[in-house]
Amino acid sequence: MTNVVTLKINDRDVSGRDDETILEIARQNAIFIPTLCHLDGLGDIGACRLCLVEIKGNNKLLPACVVVVQEGMEILTDSPRLAEYRQMIVQMLFAEGNHVCSVCVSNGHCELQDMAHTVQIDHIDLAYQYPKREVDASHNLFSLDRNRCILCTRCVRVCDEIEGVHTWDLMGRGIQSQVIIDMNQPWGTSDTCTSCGKCVQVCPTGALFEKGKAVAEMTKNPAFLPYLVSMRESKKSP
Amino acid sequence: MNTEELHQIAIDEQTRQRQYKHRLFVCMGTGCLAAHSDQVKQSLEAEVERRELKGQCQIASGGCQGLCVAGPMVTVEPQGTLYQHVQPQDAAEVIETLDQSPIERLQDRTTESFFQRQTKVVLNLAGRVDPERIEDYIAADGYSALLKALTEMTPAEVIEQITASGLRGRGGAGYPAGLKWSTVGKARSEHKYVICNGDEGDPGAFMDRSVMEDYPHRIIEGMAIAAYAVGADNGYIYVRAEYPLAVKRLGLAIRQAQKHGLLGNNIGGTSFNFHLEIRMGAGAFVCGEETALIASIEGGRGVPRPRPPYPAASGVFGQPTLINNVETFANVAQIIARGSDWFTGIGTEKSKGTKIFALTGKINNSGLIEVPMGITLREIIYDIGGGIPNDRSFKAVQTGGPSGGCMPTEYLDIVVDYESLQKAGSHMGSGGMIVMDETSCMVDVAKYFMEFCMTESCGKCVPCRVGTAQMYDLLNKITHGEATLDDLAMLEKLCGMVRATSLCGLGQGAPIPVLSTLRYFRDEYLAHIVDKHCPAGVCNITAAERTTA
Repeated sequence: MTNVVTLKINDRDVSGRDDETILEIARQNAIFIPTLCHLDGLGDIGACRLCLVEIKGNNKLLPACVVVVQEGMEILTDSPRLAEYRQMIVQMLFAEGNHVCSVCVSNGHCELQDMAHTVQIDHIDLAYQYPKREVDASHNLFSLDRNRCILCTRCVRVCDEIEGVHTWDLMGRGIQSQVIIDMNQPWGTSDTCTSCGKCVQVCPTGALFEKGKAVAEMTKNPAFLPYLVSMRESKKSP
Repeated sequence: MNTEELHQIAIDEQTRQRQYKHRLFVCMGTGCLAAHSDQVKQSLEAEVERRELKGQCQIASGGCQGLCVAGPMVTVEPQGTLYQHVQPQDAAEVIETLDQSPIERLQDRTTESFFQRQTKVVLNLAGRVDPERIEDYIAADGYSALLKALTEMTPAEVIEQITASGLRGRGGAGYPAGLKWSTVGKARSEHKYVICNGDEGDPGAFMDRSVMEDYPHRIIEGMAIAAYAVGADNGYIYVRAEYPLAVKRLGLAIRQAQKHGLLGNNIGGTSFNFHLEIRMGAGAFVCGEETALIASIEGGRGVPRPRPPYPAASGVFGQPTLINNVETFANVAQIIARGSDWFTGIGTEKSKGTKIFALTGKINNSGLIEVPMGITLREIIYDIGGGIPNDRSFKAVQTGGPSGGCMPTEYLDIVVDYESLQKAGSHMGSGGMIVMDETSCMVDVAKYFMEFCMTESCGKCVPCRVGTAQMYDLLNKITHGEATLDDLAMLEKLCGMVRATSLCGLGQGAPIPVLSTLRYFRDEYLAHIVDKHCPAGVCNITAAERTTA
């Protein structure tokens, strides 16, 4: 049984159910919290840390995408400290991969690029890592450019949770982590991939794209996902 | 098995032990084994055979004596003589002098204080119980606490005893064990789990390994008592695969306990069931974090997830789960057997009992020690540890592994407990204690721990995955004499950010070695950056000097 609760976000009184997350309640009330790994329709993992918020009485910052609301919570979604951390997180993502917007298929339609605007960064203070990462163009419809991957694992989750295939997964630790196909093989050789293209549509950057798209031509539409999920849920319940 | 049967096994075993005039225990801990204590045991056995003393003299395997630096070690009972650095060729002399005064040559008076200043609770049977024989453990009152709990106490009473004892988690954070147990006890579910976290991975730490190798039955007994208290029917011991001896002995101990009806269904003739299995880790440090450990047990990739929900509410396979560290479980049986009042008599006001430390680094008596909470660092380093070798001077002591801090000379007199170590910018951690002298460069030390965190980060959250790599690069620049003061400012900024924003303890703790060395040894950082000079002479920055000149 769920209960309804009232709480404060940025000093505004809001209400919610006690199984809803801070992010859900904030969005219902048009309060903006930046996110990258979160996508409506997918399970949340709290990995990108952009949605961290301050909660009164708790000295730890908590991810709004996974923390459920409680009666009387007082939440702050923006502060100089949070703004600084968010800027650093986005900087880290730019420094970690090889993001060259001017030659990217997703230029102008990229969630990472948008996020840089949102958190207002105009340069990178951190040292670029210039990693050597592999490109996989062996699939006949899609390509994977790991240089643009931010390891949000949306592709892994959509393939597992929605398509039910689990072609995608992760390999390696720490800064060496990368997304892989099946047992780390070329995409085109995958026996499990159904070529549904959901991973491409949910990818926030130009890491996954349709073949034949030139610079700035790859637009994505992940809005099908919540629709798909809600249709599926409504079929399930009697 | 009921109490009478257990008692009978104990009496039979004690009678068997009394037949022998002498019982020799050869340490079979990993340290002594590496020094070929197995060969020492073989030659002692051969010597006993040769002299036809088999009925009078028993040669047995014993657990770790603690003074690993002096291995292989042999204990002679009932005299209690302790021989150090025993070689296979010493066997004849050892056997020959059993009824005479001990061999001076194999004893070392200077290490006496190593043993005298310790208080052994978890390691109290050190060296005198064969870890591979359940009878040995039963003869030493083993499993009596489990049967006492099952037959004389309600689960609530067990939890009450643990709460009253003030026992805190020995994994590092010091969370009150009683509180954790009662939370899991209160959770409503048909199935609950008890997990022993034996994924010890801190550099230089080997406490849990020793406890698992030497006291597998004590851990099983503690877990069974915990399972009874919280209402669990299944358990896992999560051990890293790098500890093959611990895995072997725990496996053997589980089978022995099952055979004796101390694990499985209807334990002690009661309606209590508890099934225990071993799960091996694949060497990922992050799997010591409880949610990552649970993911690993479930067969998934060992990555942490945000808490809440805490494992007490939703753990293995979504069921309420109690996770405690090896050493925590190893304390349980004695608290139940001897009562919480006995336990609260040891330690400080907020930290009760003893703590095992793996004492390593620039110290004379490196090894495994168990000390009462409230002892000072000075006593540990100078009285038990025997001071710094080669007349060098003490510089700092590092506790808490890769998420711990370094404490300089002025902190030598603080007492060892959870609160005061935290106040000094470090923390208790699982028990690694690394001593450093004047030849250690603190920037280099910080870089070492950062490299560890960088390679052990699971890569899930951005601050830990990228932040540790960025901080490592900056530290590397400093040790190469290529850094500027701006780099230092960036390093400090990253430390604060990674600490505050990372998902789990690995990332949150990764900046602590840097922060603590910056707090106490900032001048060393500045020497590297401004003067292009390493005061300890560890970092090679001459090449950089040439290029800047």
